[in-house]
Amino acid sequence: MKIDARGKSCPLPVIETKKAMEQCHGTNLEIWVDNEIAVQNLYKLAQQKGVQVIDRKESENCYVVTLINKQIEPEQIAKIQHNTIVALSSETMGKGDDVLGKLLMRGFVYALTEVAQLPHTILLYNSGVKLAVYGAETVPDLQLMEEQGVSVLVCGTCLNHYGLSAQLVVGSITNMYHIAELLAQAGKVISP
Amino acid sequence: MQEEILFCNSGGCTAKLGAGVLERILSKLPKSEQKDENLVIGYESADDAAVYRISDDIAIVQTLDFFPPMVDDPYLFGQIAATNALSDIYAMGGDVKTALNIVCFPENMDLNILGKILQGGSEKVMEAGGTLAGGHSIVDDGVKYGLSVMGTLHPDHIFSNDGVKEGDALLLTKPLGVGIVCMANRMKAASVESMQQAIQSMTTLNKYAAKIIKKYAVHGCTDVTGFGFLGHLKEMLAKGYSAEIDSIQIPYIQSSLQYADDFYLTAAAQRNRNHVGDMVVFEHVPFAMQELLFDPQTSGGLLVSMDLDDAKKAMYEMQKNDICCAIVGCVTKKEVQNILVR
Repeated sequence: MKIDARGKSCPLPVIETKKAMEQCHGTNLEIWVDNEIAVQNLYKLAQQKGVQVIDRKESENCYVVTLINKQIEPEQIAKIQHNTIVALSSETMGKGDDVLGKLLMRGFVYALTEVAQLPHTILLYNSGVKLAVYGAETVPDLQLMEEQGVSVLVCGTCLNHYGLSAQLVVGSITNMYHIAELLAQAGKVISP
Repeated sequence: MQEEILFCNSGGCTAKLGAGVLERILSKLPKSEQKDENLVIGYESADDAAVYRISDDIAIVQTLDFFPPMVDDPYLFGQIAATNALSDIYAMGGDVKTALNIVCFPENMDLNILGKILQGGSEKVMEAGGTLAGGHSIVDDGVKYGLSVMGTLHPDHIFSNDGVKEGDALLLTKPLGVGIVCMANRMKAASVESMQQAIQSMTTLNKYAAKIIKKYAVHGCTDVTGFGFLGHLKEMLAKGYSAEIDSIQIPYIQSSLQYADDFYLTAAAQRNRNHVGDMVVFEHVPFAMQELLFDPQTSGGLLVSMDLDDAKKAMYEMQKNDICCAIVGCVTKKEVQNILVR
């Protein structure tokens, strides 16, 4: 498949290529661009997506980048680790300075989105529920993981206690029986 | 009436020429045989503005900045362009005195749009405590706007770019990511919240942060703009220092990391990566955070190098005044790799 992105400025060549990669698994993509920076940005895309890439310079202002868009194996799609639960019982990570603790927690939740395998479930209880309410910096990362199939479960009792029931923006409310059951059945519980 | 401005290919500070290209051209310009001793800072150093001493206790700071729009709303664009142009005065430690409008505008476009742009700009000049003293406009295919600004300072209290010292803390006074968020917004992919946060950041004068750091001994100071955080940091280290950056401390606009992961990448960020990339070592830093550190910032914050104790006090005072800031790293003695990011 050929994408002619000449005359289009970044990030259009990359965005169009990314869409084509998602739609046409198994088809090699040939992208024509008119500048070297676009070639470099396409290389970054290829590296992040883990696909092979080669390029050739056809003429001045004409570069052809080829992505070997291999069929994604079913096991690669299964990014979710089935028996792993992340339990966040506080809006801070570790004990000590709260400002630092909040920063570390924001970093931890973001880092979770970047690791190769996502947990099956993220449990939020006690002040951990504050990570999922309106305005929390961790909300976009939690939403991202939820979109990718991670189940985000929030303790309803805790939300009520903090008066935040109306402000929950990601995840679904659960109760202690469910939390206890999940923790008991989990193969691995990560509590940072 | 049509309110929106037609976009140019790349708005804001993403429209800058690459740093590498500029260095080559500038180094070839003829130099006057007689050096003017009163030109304290010219383009030989990579500073934010020119400084000229006119007496023992007064120097003038001059700068100019203009660019194509990066937001649809002309009034906001005017505010952002002016905030960005005024910033260079603050990055040198100066006070804004006068400003001149620089305008490029298509002949057939609705002049009300220009009116909104200039209104936004003049409000920011007033907020800065300066006087709008004139300007110049030309007919052009695309809209461009900015200011030439003059300020004053004491010649002994200039914030140079590269006065950093070993052991200094590096204080950043605005979140990163406005370039990526504006790009995602242009492609209709940015959330309302993240765009609001970006606009809020781009229209905040560095006046307030500068006022606080002036109470302490500032060793080096610049504003983070088109060359990105790492590009401007590189300039600060030019006299033979290295730096260590703690990426978890970097403040950023909500969702900007996700937009980077979704490949809303500007050409300018890649040019920045090419320019400084081989001086930087990333240790376990995710791709999106790396992109953020190269992201060109329109009207970005100040990056200040000062003693750790001073930096902490300044940071607390800024946070009390709702300035989004953080100590993001420190200056070290010269290492093989200039900038280490963890």
